[in-house]
Amino acid sequence: MVEFSQLAFFSVLIPVLPLIGFLLIILLSRFLKGNFSGILATSLTGLSFVFSLILFLKHSSGVGNAVEIDLFNWLEVGRLRIPFAFLIDSLSITMMMIITGVGFLIHLYSIGYMKGDERINTFFAYMNLFTTSMLLLVMGANYLILFIGWEGVGLCSYLLIGFWFKNEAYNNAARKAFIVNRIGDLGFIIGIILVFFTFQTLSFSEIFPQLKGMLPNNALIITITLLLFVGAIGKSAQIPLFTWLPDAMAGPTPVSALIHAATMVTAGIYMIARSSLLFNLAPLTLDIILITGMTTALFAATIGLFQNDIKKVLAYSTVSQLGYMFVALGLGVYSAAVFHVTTHAFFKALLFMGAGSVIHALHGEQDIRRMGGLKSKLPYTYFTFLIGTIAISGFPPFSGFFSKDQILMAAWAKHPLIYILGMAGALMTCFYMFRLLFLVFHNSFRGTTHQQEHLHESPRVMTIPLVVLAVLSFAGGFINLPALFGGNLSFSRFLSTSLADGELAFHQISHTQEYLLLMLSFLALLTILLWAAHLYLKKKKLPSEENVKLPAIQNLIYHKYYIEEIYDFCFVKPYTAISLLFSRIIEGKGINAFVDGIGTVFSFGSERFRKLQSGNISFYVFAMIIGILAFLVINLVV
Amino acid sequence: MEKITTAIQLIPLQHYIVLSITLFAIGALGVLLRRNTIIILMCIELMLNSVNLLLTAFSAYHSDPAGQVFVFFIMVVAAAEVAVGLSLIVMMKRNVDSLDINLLSRLKW
Repeated sequence: MVEFSQLAFFSVLIPVLPLIGFLLIILLSRFLKGNFSGILATSLTGLSFVFSLILFLKHSSGVGNAVEIDLFNWLEVGRLRIPFAFLIDSLSITMMMIITGVGFLIHLYSIGYMKGDERINTFFAYMNLFTTSMLLLVMGANYLILFIGWEGVGLCSYLLIGFWFKNEAYNNAARKAFIVNRIGDLGFIIGIILVFFTFQTLSFSEIFPQLKGMLPNNALIITITLLLFVGAIGKSAQIPLFTWLPDAMAGPTPVSALIHAATMVTAGIYMIARSSLLFNLAPLTLDIILITGMTTALFAATIGLFQNDIKKVLAYSTVSQLGYMFVALGLGVYSAAVFHVTTHAFFKALLFMGAGSVIHALHGEQDIRRMGGLKSKLPYTYFTFLIGTIAISGFPPFSGFFSKDQILMAAWAKHPLIYILGMAGALMTCFYMFRLLFLVFHNSFRGTTHQQEHLHESPRVMTIPLVVLAVLSFAGGFINLPALFGGNLSFSRFLSTSLADGELAFHQISHTQEYLLLMLSFLALLTILLWAAHLYLKKKKLPSEENVKLPAIQNLIYHKYYIEEIYDFCFVKPYTAISLLFSRIIEGKGINAFVDGIGTVFSFGSERFRKLQSGNISFYVFAMIIGILAFLVINLVV
Repeated sequence: MEKITTAIQLIPLQHYIVLSITLFAIGALGVLLRRNTIIILMCIELMLNSVNLLLTAFSAYHSDPAGQVFVFFIMVVAAAEVAVGLSLIVMMKRNVDSLDINLLSRLKW
């Protein structure tokens, strides 16, 4: 019992600490000066990380069973009983460590990046609120707590994308993110309601045992899983709801790193992995997830090839990598998806913060056509960015290689075509990432002389997180070594207590075949790398300027397949038209006319009645006497 | 007291009623038709006193002193009213140099 309560205490502290930070900073923001709020927010998140680590150690040294910590009864209406409870198992502990660990580094980095901003206190308050919400999301023991966190991170995402709200474009980006997410959330909440109607409970620990005897392809289960998947599509930026993520780059760069790369966008993947037992009963949904993920991965990768904004490249890369994770989910290898979430959190946060460091050095310049030759001026940034690039491209033995390899091997086991498509995506990733690296850091500087004179490496507080993440990006893969390299997929086995991997996870492809595939993919990646080096290092090719006419296909991709325009035409324009119709006809001619009409009648009547009050006393007395006489007559008559 | 009551009862009640109605009508018409504020005030007094007369008559006929007590109250109120009314008339004279009641409609907003 002592052991249990101690565990409960720690796990409650983890989300509460950032909440305390949020409350302190937002309430005292008037009195906090300089870096203090940043240091407070960072240290509280760091403390959360320490507790997560303790929890992890306790968990892995113990039996490794899931522990449910029931704090209090939150809602009880009729059959609906929602306890406010946390579920501590291998999956939630993994996510907690990513959130608090990477979150801590990004908070630390933000101290340097946001220095001097007039609303720095608000910034850190929002960051801490985000951390709390995200922790609530992964720790919740039922769908409703998960949903609170889900909406909380959506809110913080909105607040932080629009952090520099004086710029109207940024504000619009924030609104877009919020509204697009609402579409997905609608599906999610309907899914949750349907879960309740089917299972009479929302707690994971009560739903999943009920699934034991069920046969797959139950129509109800398929509907539920599809609706949950709609929620995941919105949050994790998959086709067709991915357009908000590239726009979300309007926020400060640490926000992009924390929310739009490492944590929030993986919430959809977490949710599906958490419901893995449910999804295993719906092979149809899994196939749809697989197709959606693959399409998104390839689609976003092609767009990434031609982007010229350093953060937009990374944004499309994130969409593409999220697509990979969905492919893994669709294949039923949930642990591989969570593994890729982990490694992706390391290297994408690293890449974003590297990009932030570059932007910081160039005073806000984001166009890679105006960069170049930063290698010698920003040595730490360059070196860590290089590691991130290699990791995301999937060169062995960097972390990205292992996580991508696990997904691709499962794909091969399912069907070679999926493997080939996945490989094509990986090759494109390799190309656009090295293109970015070469254009930003190699050759000579292409910006203004003013910028060149002020080039500087970022302060220590920003480079230390970069270095730590670079180490993790390099070594992160070793936690899940496949059998081929003498490991036993320890990470996947660790997660297996809370996930139900499909039969593809611990696949049985012969080692020679696996070896051959790896060699092949390695050679292909190397070719792509050399090709990119040839184009951008040797021939010093530069992306064309805005007004240059591009070949048709390149033009199509450069404009993101005109998806924005299509959405604008199909949804935004009709919506605006209908709104205008309502505002002009219904509101203007209907409601306004009615309300104004009442006023007009009364003021018209009053205008007439006030004439009676002439001020002529004789008339008043006359009226009074007539009245009295009238009463008299009536009294006599009746 | 007995004597007065019998003296009053010598005249039939109808006469008192008719006299009172006549006096009251004169007062009411005066208030309605005249524009001189002093005359209106006097007409009001006339109406009050016609009512007083009727009250006394009824009181005597029914041998009920309550009616006479009531008359005293009315007299007190009438005296107070005259005091206020006359001072108003003085103020009116000073301010608009006229006693025309219709000029007071200017007081209306």
